[in-house]
Amino acid sequence: MNRPCIVRDLGRMNYADALAIQLSLARELKEDRGTDHLLFVEHPHVVTIGRNGHEANVLAPLALREQLGIELFECDRGGDVTYHGPGQIVGYPIMDLRKWKRDVGAFVRAVEQTMIDTLEEFGVRAFRIPKLTGVWTGPEGSEAKVAAIGVHLSRWVSTHGFALNVQTDLGYFQHIVPCGLSRPVTSMEKLGACVDAGKVKGALARHFAKIFDFEPGETA
Amino acid sequence: MIDVVMPQMGESIVEGTLTKWLKKPGDTVERDEPLFEISTDKVDTEIPSPSAGTLAEALVAEGQTVGVGTIVARISGGPAAAAPVAAPVVAAAPVVAAVPVAAAAPPPPPPPVAVAVAAAPVAVAPAVAAEPAGLLSPLVRRMARENNLDLSKITGTGAGGRITKEDVEKHISQPAAAAVAPASPSAVVPPVPSPAPTAKTRVEPMSNMRQKIAEHMLMSKRTSAHVTTVHRVDMTKVAKMRAKNKDEFAARHGMSLTFLPFVARAAAEALRAFPIVNASIDGSNIVFHNEINMGIAVALDGGNGLIVPVIRNADEKNVLGLQRSIVDLAARARSKQLKPDEIQGGTFSITNFGSYGSVFATPVINQPQVAILGVGTVEKMPVVIDDAIAIRSQCYLALTFDHRLIDGAMGDQFTAKVKAVLENWSEDVL
Repeated sequence: MNRPCIVRDLGRMNYADALAIQLSLARELKEDRGTDHLLFVEHPHVVTIGRNGHEANVLAPLALREQLGIELFECDRGGDVTYHGPGQIVGYPIMDLRKWKRDVGAFVRAVEQTMIDTLEEFGVRAFRIPKLTGVWTGPEGSEAKVAAIGVHLSRWVSTHGFALNVQTDLGYFQHIVPCGLSRPVTSMEKLGACVDAGKVKGALARHFAKIFDFEPGETA
Repeated sequence: MIDVVMPQMGESIVEGTLTKWLKKPGDTVERDEPLFEISTDKVDTEIPSPSAGTLAEALVAEGQTVGVGTIVARISGGPAAAAPVAAPVVAAAPVVAAVPVAAAAPPPPPPPVAVAVAAAPVAVAPAVAAEPAGLLSPLVRRMARENNLDLSKITGTGAGGRITKEDVEKHISQPAAAAVAPASPSAVVPPVPSPAPTAKTRVEPMSNMRQKIAEHMLMSKRTSAHVTTVHRVDMTKVAKMRAKNKDEFAARHGMSLTFLPFVARAAAEALRAFPIVNASIDGSNIVFHNEINMGIAVALDGGNGLIVPVIRNADEKNVLGLQRSIVDLAARARSKQLKPDEIQGGTFSITNFGSYGSVFATPVINQPQVAILGVGTVEKMPVVIDDAIAIRSQCYLALTFDHRLIDGAMGDQFTAKVKAVLENWSEDVL
C-alpha cells in the first residue's frame, strides 16, 4: 500500500524562505489536502538553534558571524545548535506520520537509516550511537558525526529534518558546539566518498522512499 | 476539568522534556490549539489541547522531564468564564490595520500572534488568608478572591492535594445550601438575575487579540482625522510584466508572483518623494522616519484577526525581495512565528483587500502612522484612450491619510506618484 511522495529540490535557498515552504506544505497536510514531500535544499551559511539549544553553544560572536555572513535562527525543531551551509544536503521530510507510524522514535530511526543506507552505497560504513541521534562514522573511540537530525512535529506532521555533510567546509562548525556535543564532525568528502550532490540526493530519495513505503520516484 | 497528559509518542519513548509552554494559566484555548511543546530524541512536538476551554493549571515546568501518562495540564470547560486580568501585550499596540487582507490562500486557523499574555499578575487580596501549600492556579486564586474565600478551609482533591476549580465551586455551593435550609419555608429565594440564555443569541468572550484589535481601531479613529482618496490605476504594464515572469518566478522561487510587491515597490518610491507620508505625530512635533518600514496587513484565518508584520527598509528591496518578504511574513504570521521586532516599527502600511474581491475600501490608519494604502482588485475594464475604447487592467488604490498632518493635495500627489510608477513600470528585472 504505497503512498505518493513528492521529492522537490529547492536548490540554494535561504533558511527563512525554505521554512516558509515547509510550513505551507505542513499546513496542507494538517488540513488533509496535502501530499507528503521530501524537500532538498542547500542553505547559505546559517546557524540554527533548536528548542533545546543554548546560545552559549554558538561560539562565534555576532561581529564575527556578520563578517563571515552567517545568519542565526532560533527555530522550533528538536535538538541544540547546528550549522548549515554550502556543500551540505539538507533534507526536510514533510510527512503526515498518521499515515505511516505514530512513532517519534521510529521516525528518527528511519531517517537515520535513510542516510546509513545511502552512505553505504557510496562505500562509507555509518552507524548510530545510542542516545546520540544522528549518523556517525569512524573507528570506535574517535567517531565523527556525518549527519545531524532535528525534527518538529505538529499534529503528527513533521517539519525540519536532516543535514548530511557532503562537501561542507567543516571549518564553519568551529563557530558552534554542534548539538551541544564536543565530538568532531566529518563529511563525505573527508571520508573519501562521492561528492556529487546530485547523485547523493538521488540515492537519499530512493532509500527514503523504500524505508518509508513511498511509491518510487515522483520528482518536482 | 480535562487532564492533558504526556502523550505516547511511540513505542520506544517513555518520557519527554517539556521545552516550552505556548499558553499560560488563564489563557483561553481552542480545541487542537497547541498548548505546549515536548522534546523527545531530537524531535520537538507541539501538543494540542484536547478541548476548548481555559488552561486552568500548568503542572509541569519548562525543562522538566516527565514520563508518558503524567498529567501536564488541566483544561477547564468552556471559554474562560472570567477572562484573565488584562495583561500587557508584548508589542506596543499590536499592529492592526483596517480591512480584511490576504496575501495568499487562507490556511488553517492558528491562534493569535503577538498577543502574548504575561502571567496575570495576582494581587494578593487581604481577604485571602494564608495560602495552602502547593501551587494554586490563577483561576483558583481569582475565584477565591472574588468569592472572598479562605483557601485554607478548602480541601484539595487535585494532584498532590492541590485545590482545583471544582473544589472551589463545591465549597461555594455548600454553605449556601446550608444557609437556606434553616430559613423559614416562606423565605423566597430571589430569582437569579442572570438572563436565561435564549436560542436567539450565543454569547462568547472575545479573544485577547480581538479585544486588542477593537481597542486599536477605536483609538485610531479617535486619534486621526481619517480621509480617504481613491485613484484609478492602469495596471496593464505591470500585469504584462507579471504574466511574462509568473511561471518562471514560481518555478525558480517556489512562490507565486502577485501584484502586491509591485504596489509596495511603487509606494516605497512615493514615500521617498513625499517623506511626510512616512512620518508620525508626536504632540506638536512631526517625526520624519528615515527608514521606510512597510507594514503588510495579513488576515489570520477564519476571521481570527489580523496582524501587520513589517518589511524593514522596504525601499531597498526589488520586487523579488518584496514578494519573498511578503510570503515569509504572511506564512509566519499565520503560524505564530513572528518575532516581536517584526511587528513593530512600521512607518506606513499596505492592505490588500483586493485579494478578497473588494474594488475599493476605506482602511483605518495603523497608529502611530499617518497613512495606509488599500489595494483593490485588479480587473480588466473598458477604458477610453484617445477617444477609442480599449481593454485595460485597472485597479483602485485607496489612500487613507491623517488630515491633521497631510493635506488633501499632498495625499493626492502621493497617490498620483504611486499611480505613475505603476503605470509607467520600467524595471525589466524583478
